Amino acid sequence: MLKIEIDGKEVEVEHGSTIIDAADKIGIAIPRFCYHKKLSVAANCRMCLVQVEKFAKPLPACATPVSEGMKIFTRSKSAIEAQKSVMEFLLINHPLDCPICDQGGECELQDIAVGYGGVKSRYLEAKRVVVNKNIGPLISTDMTRCIQCTRCVRYLKEIGGMMELGLVGRGEHAEITAYVDKSVASELSGNIIDLCPVGALTSKPFRYSARSWELIHRPSIAAHDGLGSHIEVQVKNNRVMRVLPREKESINECWISDRDRFSYEGLNSVDRLTTPMIKQNGEWREADWKSALEYVANRLKVVAEQDANDLGFLVSLNSTMEEGWLTKKVARGLGCGNVDHRLRRSDFRLDGNFQGTPWMGCNIPDLQAMDRVLIIGSNLRNEHPLLTTRLRNAVKMNEAELSLINPLDDDPLTPVAHKVICSPNDMVNILLQVLKAVSGLQRLSLCLCLPSSLLKTLESVEVSEMATRIAMSLAGHGTSYDLVSPKVGVFLGNITQYHPRYAEIYTLSEAIASLNGATFGVLSESNNRVGLNLARALPQRGALNARTMLEQPRRAYVLVNVEPELDCHSAQMASKALAAADFVVALTTHKSHALRDADVMLPIAPFTETSGSYTSMEGRVQSFAAAVKPLGEARPGWKVLRVLGNLLGLEGFDFDSSEQVKNEIFDGVKPSRVVWNRLNNNLSHLLEITSQDKSGVLQRIGEFPLYQTDAIVRRAPSLQKAGKNDIAFAAMNSAMLENLGLEAGKTVRVSQSGGSCTLPLRCDERVPDACVRVPVCSDTVALGDLFGDITVEAIL
Amino acid sequence: MITKLKELFKSLLLIELLQGLQVTGRYLFARKITVQYPDELTPISNRFRGLHALRRYPNGEERCIACKLCEAVCPAMAITIESDQRDDGTRRTTRYDIDLTKCIFCGFCEESCPVDSIVETRVFDYHGDKKSDLLYTKTMLLAVGDKHEAQIAADRAVDAKFR
Repeated sequence: MLKIEIDGKEVEVEHGSTIIDAADKIGIAIPRFCYHKKLSVAANCRMCLVQVEKFAKPLPACATPVSEGMKIFTRSKSAIEAQKSVMEFLLINHPLDCPICDQGGECELQDIAVGYGGVKSRYLEAKRVVVNKNIGPLISTDMTRCIQCTRCVRYLKEIGGMMELGLVGRGEHAEITAYVDKSVASELSGNIIDLCPVGALTSKPFRYSARSWELIHRPSIAAHDGLGSHIEVQVKNNRVMRVLPREKESINECWISDRDRFSYEGLNSVDRLTTPMIKQNGEWREADWKSALEYVANRLKVVAEQDANDLGFLVSLNSTMEEGWLTKKVARGLGCGNVDHRLRRSDFRLDGNFQGTPWMGCNIPDLQAMDRVLIIGSNLRNEHPLLTTRLRNAVKMNEAELSLINPLDDDPLTPVAHKVICSPNDMVNILLQVLKAVSGLQRLSLCLCLPSSLLKTLESVEVSEMATRIAMSLAGHGTSYDLVSPKVGVFLGNITQYHPRYAEIYTLSEAIASLNGATFGVLSESNNRVGLNLARALPQRGALNARTMLEQPRRAYVLVNVEPELDCHSAQMASKALAAADFVVALTTHKSHALRDADVMLPIAPFTETSGSYTSMEGRVQSFAAAVKPLGEARPGWKVLRVLGNLLGLEGFDFDSSEQVKNEIFDGVKPSRVVWNRLNNNLSHLLEITSQDKSGVLQRIGEFPLYQTDAIVRRAPSLQKAGKNDIAFAAMNSAMLENLGLEAGKTVRVSQSGGSCTLPLRCDERVPDACVRVPVCSDTVALGDLFGDITVEAIL
Repeated sequence: MITKLKELFKSLLLIELLQGLQVTGRYLFARKITVQYPDELTPISNRFRGLHALRRYPNGEERCIACKLCEAVCPAMAITIESDQRDDGTRRTTRYDIDLTKCIFCGFCEESCPVDSIVETRVFDYHGDKKSDLLYTKTMLLAVGDKHEAQIAADRAVDAKFR
């Protein structure tokens, strides 16, 4: 520790820290533009010049490391003079258009100009003008306002992982620009809006719609990925105007993904269902809550009295814990065990085999400290935009080795040490190889714990070179240096969880992890997958799960916030089952074509309009309050379910607040006390690994695209416009195209289990052999399972 | 005794009445100060703060850029603005309401306006049959501005050197 003195105040700081760190530590404000605590130091704005004893000239506080006994003066004559000069210099070319600038009122330049700016300008010459760049549908630019702090450039390079903006030219000609004809496509790009200290980069969807001082700030929790980011919902006249991150170092640091930032547009969508609707003679008619709920209760009662097993309850992955719990309670009250939230899964062989609720296995910051990480089946940037930055940090700061076993070769924008890109069918095979290689490297006693049947299977496995390398890496043998006891993590992504052989992959991964003493975790597929599991929105023992409920059509379904054909593993199966059902009631935030077979639609409130709790993938139970009142006649889901419970005459539905529901879920104990006991990734017994499936010629690799995760995101126009969203396609690698005699760019007929659709064909080398990538979207609802045999034929 | 006689004479000779009538007489022949409103008007300062108006540029483009400073500064919270991007990409109001029943005519809105858009005119004799008639919308305010633009511009020109 070093002792220094700033403005006469003594402070002790660590070796290597800078003057600005030390000043921030004791709350002495030094003006700055280019410095940001999460980014590298550029020292190009010169605003933070301070006087240091024994130095002739002022020094930049952000780039000057402290030394023992240093005496710093931030408000001395020479420091202030330097700061004022820099301020004047920066304002030379900055336009005086604050009244029409969206940053006005929350602008760092404005704020600092009040303290350090001159009274009037001495500059009479023409100001420079910089042409605006179009960098996509999310960020609007006014480049004349730019002061070249390069925060956006450094952010996209260091955090975003891809240098999509750069500073070209020098002196007066310096300007920030993207590559020619390219927009900023990062899934984390929205953060540069917050970073920009002036109004050069502002939010396009928010443009000119409100002023920062008019907005009421309400804390909330992000609802589109499993991280549980802290967000601030900013509200005007009972309408969500924008969403900004709240700083939470251990979760989202100070960032949020674009999906969380811009999804609010979907909340105000014209598709919002604002009044209960009942279908009569094929026509939707508006109804009041009382008659709609009574109608639903009566119909459900009739079905339940005949055979309660004829009911099916499907809860979306994005529902709150309270909604999940109450749905389960309604179902159990009616004597029905068919409740499930795992709509996108297809393999349920592990049910009853878990010792607890599967979770991430560690805390989010732990990921950054890992030395060896193996990710199995995950399109990281799509599934976990912000978590991927932690991995990026691990690789960059901690020199971690990242290994991937994946059916898609999408770049996680970080160096990958070892990767196996294989068809989904081969994943089990590859894992068997890795397991065999690992067992060759680990102590014999550990390996003998494997069940004999598995050992027998392993005997016949031939280990490929890449599997050996992954095993070596996990065991600590690195490409650059070896570690005796590395911190290892093995994580399962969404592709694995949706995989038809999830049970086997899980078993093998767990075995690999435990042999290496690794952290083993399941990255959550949605914001509340862990929470809904904790709330037991799961089938009773012996009852039907999400897949069998659709496979064996039920007479009546209750859908909680589900768009069946877009949210389920098999769109085809979901549509068929619902079309065949006598009665379907949908509690939904939005009207949807996917709900055409529903009989009643009850408007429920999305996450900004209801109170509730989400549990993030690290097992953090986070409750939030409503930011705005529900739109129209919509009501919070837990209230609707509560009243439904009352109307059905069920016991134990006397809740006055979502807090009471949460208390019931956790038996009145503080969630943090009990949640850790309930989270457990271990299996009670290892599953038999069966021999390989026979694979057809062509396998589908289905995925949920970045901006198709839930009903709200699907209706956010700016996100839909954003680059990654041309989602209706079938993609194959060039070898496969040649094999099948198909031509990229042509429209092809894609058929799967009886259904077919036409899609443009693309050549994509990231797709492995014998596979075709067909994402889930409204154009592919005729298709079946996410994985499985599929045919692609040219249209003649 | 003497004082009693004096009072007797005073009241008999109506001296106090005449004294009073003297004032009346003086005003009867003096120059009249009554203004025959509405045929006549009192002089009004060029800084008079009357009815609000939204101004346009000579080319017909509205001045207001929806910066919302007037809304923010208004002590009576009489101004309501909603803004959006117009089709040509400029920042414009989609709603600009002044509730004249709330307004205290302090002139802060005019002072805060960076483009001299919202101004207070010399017009003070407006009325409404209903209370709601006094909620002036954007079109009404622009109409006021269009009607009195010559006067408004002249008043601003006179005051320019003091600002």
